[in-house]
Amino acid sequence: MPSKATIDRVQAGKDQLQFITCGSVDDGKSTLIGRLLHDSKVIYEDQLAALARDSAKHGTTGNDVDFALLVDGLEAEREQGITIDVAYRFFTTLRRSFMVADTPGHEQYTRNMATGASNAQLAIILIDARKGVLVQTKRHSFICSLLGIRHVVLAVNKIDLVKYNKERFDRIVGDYMAFAAGLGFTSVVPIPISARYGDNVINQSDKTKWYQGPCLLDYLESIDIQSDVARQVFRFPVQWVNRPNLDFRGYAGSVASGSISAGDEIVVAASGRTTRVKRIVTQDGNLPRADAGDAVTITLEDEIDIGRGDLLARPNERPEVTDQFAAHLIWMDNDPLVAGRNYIFRIGTRTGVAGSITAIKHRIDVNTREHLAARKLSLNEIGFCNVATALPVAFDPYEVNRKTGSFIVIDRFTNRTVGAGMIAFPLRRATNIARQPLSVGKSERAALKNQKPCIIWFTGLSGAGKSTIANIVDQKLFAMSCHTILLDGDNMRHGLNRDLGFSEADRVENIRRVGEVAKLMADGGLIVICSFISPYRAERDMVRNLVAREEFIEIFVDTPLEECVRRDPKGLYSKAKSGKIKNFTGIDAPYEIPMRPEFHLRTMDQTPEQLAEAVIDVLKARAIVHGH
Amino acid sequence: MQQSGCRVVRSCLLLRQGYRPKRKRCAKWHLTNNNSVSKKNHMLPKHLRRLEAESIEIMREVVAGFKNPVMLYSIGKDSSVMLHVAIKAFYPAKLPFPLLHVDTTWKFREMITFRDETAKRLGVELIVHVNKEGLERGINPIDSGSALHTRVMKTDALKQALDLYHFDAAFGGARRDEEKSRAKERIFSFRSAGHVWDPRNQRPELWNLFNTQLLQGETMRVFAMSNWTELDIWEYIMLEKIPVVPLYFAKQRPVVRRSGATIMVDDKRLRLQSNETPEMRMIRFRTLGCYPLSGAIDSDATTIEDIVAEMHTATVSERQGRLIDTDEAASMEKKKWEGYF
Ligand SMILES: Nc1nc2c(ncn2[C@@H]2O[C@H](COP(=O)(O)OP(=O)(O)OP(=O)(O)O)[C@@H](O)[C@H]2O)c(=O)[nH]1
Ligand SMILES: [Mg+2]
Repeated sequence: MPSKATIDRVQAGKDQLQFITCGSVDDGKSTLIGRLLHDSKVIYEDQLAALARDSAKHGTTGNDVDFALLVDGLEAEREQGITIDVAYRFFTTLRRSFMVADTPGHEQYTRNMATGASNAQLAIILIDARKGVLVQTKRHSFICSLLGIRHVVLAVNKIDLVKYNKERFDRIVGDYMAFAAGLGFTSVVPIPISARYGDNVINQSDKTKWYQGPCLLDYLESIDIQSDVARQVFRFPVQWVNRPNLDFRGYAGSVASGSISAGDEIVVAASGRTTRVKRIVTQDGNLPRADAGDAVTITLEDEIDIGRGDLLARPNERPEVTDQFAAHLIWMDNDPLVAGRNYIFRIGTRTGVAGSITAIKHRIDVNTREHLAARKLSLNEIGFCNVATALPVAFDPYEVNRKTGSFIVIDRFTNRTVGAGMIAFPLRRATNIARQPLSVGKSERAALKNQKPCIIWFTGLSGAGKSTIANIVDQKLFAMSCHTILLDGDNMRHGLNRDLGFSEADRVENIRRVGEVAKLMADGGLIVICSFISPYRAERDMVRNLVAREEFIEIFVDTPLEECVRRDPKGLYSKAKSGKIKNFTGIDAPYEIPMRPEFHLRTMDQTPEQLAEAVIDVLKARAIVHGH
Repeated sequence: MQQSGCRVVRSCLLLRQGYRPKRKRCAKWHLTNNNSVSKKNHMLPKHLRRLEAESIEIMREVVAGFKNPVMLYSIGKDSSVMLHVAIKAFYPAKLPFPLLHVDTTWKFREMITFRDETAKRLGVELIVHVNKEGLERGINPIDSGSALHTRVMKTDALKQALDLYHFDAAFGGARRDEEKSRAKERIFSFRSAGHVWDPRNQRPELWNLFNTQLLQGETMRVFAMSNWTELDIWEYIMLEKIPVVPLYFAKQRPVVRRSGATIMVDDKRLRLQSNETPEMRMIRFRTLGCYPLSGAIDSDATTIEDIVAEMHTATVSERQGRLIDTDEAASMEKKKWEGYF
């Protein structure tokens, strides 16, 4: 019966290989994928007809069909003849099914290459036989290695253009092997191919008789990837708590690695609470066991506090739990990474974690793999960094587990994904640095002084009048018997921050330290008046988040730049304009105006005395100080 | 189980009466107590199990990460699978979001019947939205042309509905294997305010670490079925015994030839031309949409097994029958820029 045969064939199933093509610009990556799709007959007649039309219009191959156009699906890509973003394509042979990500060669689009590589098990690294190993070949190889790809096919492409020359092939293979030696690949298999004409792609070519190895497709069909997945320990990131009614509480998620059975003991990594698995629930019935990749809902014997973001493991195989770790980071945003700045992190199902890169230990030159000193990471640069998170997080080193050792970095204002990280090792155990509890608290100290402690933060351009107004406010509060302290930018730079300059990274660190000092003083019950240009929103918000919501009062001292330049009380603007000072806010460094300051002080038509009085009124309105 | 949980909201009709949408969060959960150990899922071959699990993970991610998600339900085979998987994802809870059907008023009659029956059978909330202005302007696929009809009655209508109900994430059943600009899509496809897609500026999407953060007015389209192929869909329907619209199965149906395609005469609105006489042919559809724009294929496949077998020998793509993609080169990408699903 044909229907029975159909069902049986489907039932048998196939395993899948996920791979990417990568390498330098124009090495023939898209052409190769197009060729594979075409030769494995997954392109339908109407699509072939469209390809012929497209080739006539956009093709880069004269009168022949341009197979790259099967893959380069965006209008901009077809017009420019390049790949901009990853394309995901599928094809199936009798032995395997394949999901391939075709990635762009242009350095500008490296983040899209990394996107494609993150889930791949194998990479085909293409090299143009005429050009040999290029910087971009090395960059992509390095990223593949960092992202945990262990199998590489070195496709020496356009072999037709070097007359199928064996010496040329051998030399490129030799060069590449020398470079790749330290990258930790388990296998590197070189194959001479012509993506355009199909040599050694799905059939052995008779033009390369000197080549004895397999053709590309044979190799992709036969490479053993299963045995790589060494028996990993059980990890289950809780994705969603399923609580339809009072009688059911299940933890939905996908098993990241290992397996778990009903009755097994588990631990919640962060809290250390243990219990047993009661049932493994699916709509198709309860499962005796769940394996890596299964999406299930687990119920537990005991009611313990578990939420989205928790990581479940076996008690004798716990992951790391800490708030500081070292990691490789690929930077993917036009705005560079600045050490000390706050970002949002996502690790596993734990989202929205506040944290920062506390130090860039070094940047890695992708060409030489040399370690270089760096204060920042620019677009597509790779660094090794220390990361601190606001809460302890559970993870494994990326080398051990790709699922539980990876994280992304998100910008707090634009929400763009700005970085991708691979955790190397924990820096300390969070549990060892429990905070020392203090017996006299902030509220007692404040009560003694009969005031509400807070941080009054004056921000604005140099010469806007911050220090003048802050000083008068301080005098007025003093006269009202308030306990205050005034922290001023220039003064701090003479002491605590005298090692810092005016680069973006140093400005961030400057404000971080000031913020911590201001917080300690507020803890002491003081009204802390701060006067700092503090040009970046991110750092002002970092300080804001150090104290309770009502304790931070941001005052935007708003004086137009022209007016500040006209006043130029310290002669700094004229120096900046003549280039004698670099990175001067408003001239060659940015000032990000506050979006929602507690008080917006427009200075133009009022005296400093009036402005200070207005600030005092705000403090009274907020019951920070009491009016007479 | 309770079938009364279904609520069909026809926002076009309600709007006319000055209806302000007040969508209640699903308060009704239902629980099936099923302690039997499963045998069924282990019958799924591993490639389908993997796809199913991946889709479930994506769906849960959306429910955990967004305030007000919705699932676009187009009544077709992909939607049927998506809905089937969604119910598994949240079991034993009820589906934690409504379905939204953007009705152009030109769907096959059998589709509408199937839609309402499905909502009822599964006890899910269904919102039906029609672009009322478009209807009043008399936009239709025959006189207005497929491009204008699609833009007004599908793309604009969809944007209206998303804005009206303040949905921040919308599931779509589109697959990467459908079309070459679809192959370039992320799973979580970010849309700036105004539903604009900028393919040159997509968020990097590494591992399964989706970035679900949005600012005011921004939305997410989520393609939970991205990595399924047409064949996977049919194989899954076969093994999971999922009901689909009968139009997918071959039957004698009245058709005419128009613009090189075989068009079924579903009602009088097709307005037959003098040289057109409907003939009965054994046909079926590989994709379903507005009936005057959906080309049928000649086929004898009357069972799912037949369809799967036919798929293995197909020589043209499923989109070939769609009249809307041939309007102009790169037309799918252009429609997607404008906010089409
Ligand atoms: N002669 C010859 N030409 C080739 C071969 N492979 C690719 N080409 C040509 O090289 C050019 C670039 O090919 P693509 O496939 O677009 O290169 P790519 O690596 O995908 O480029 P990006 O994605 O933009 O980095 C096209 O004109 C191809 O036809 C080959 O084996 N032999
Ligand atoms: Mg390319």
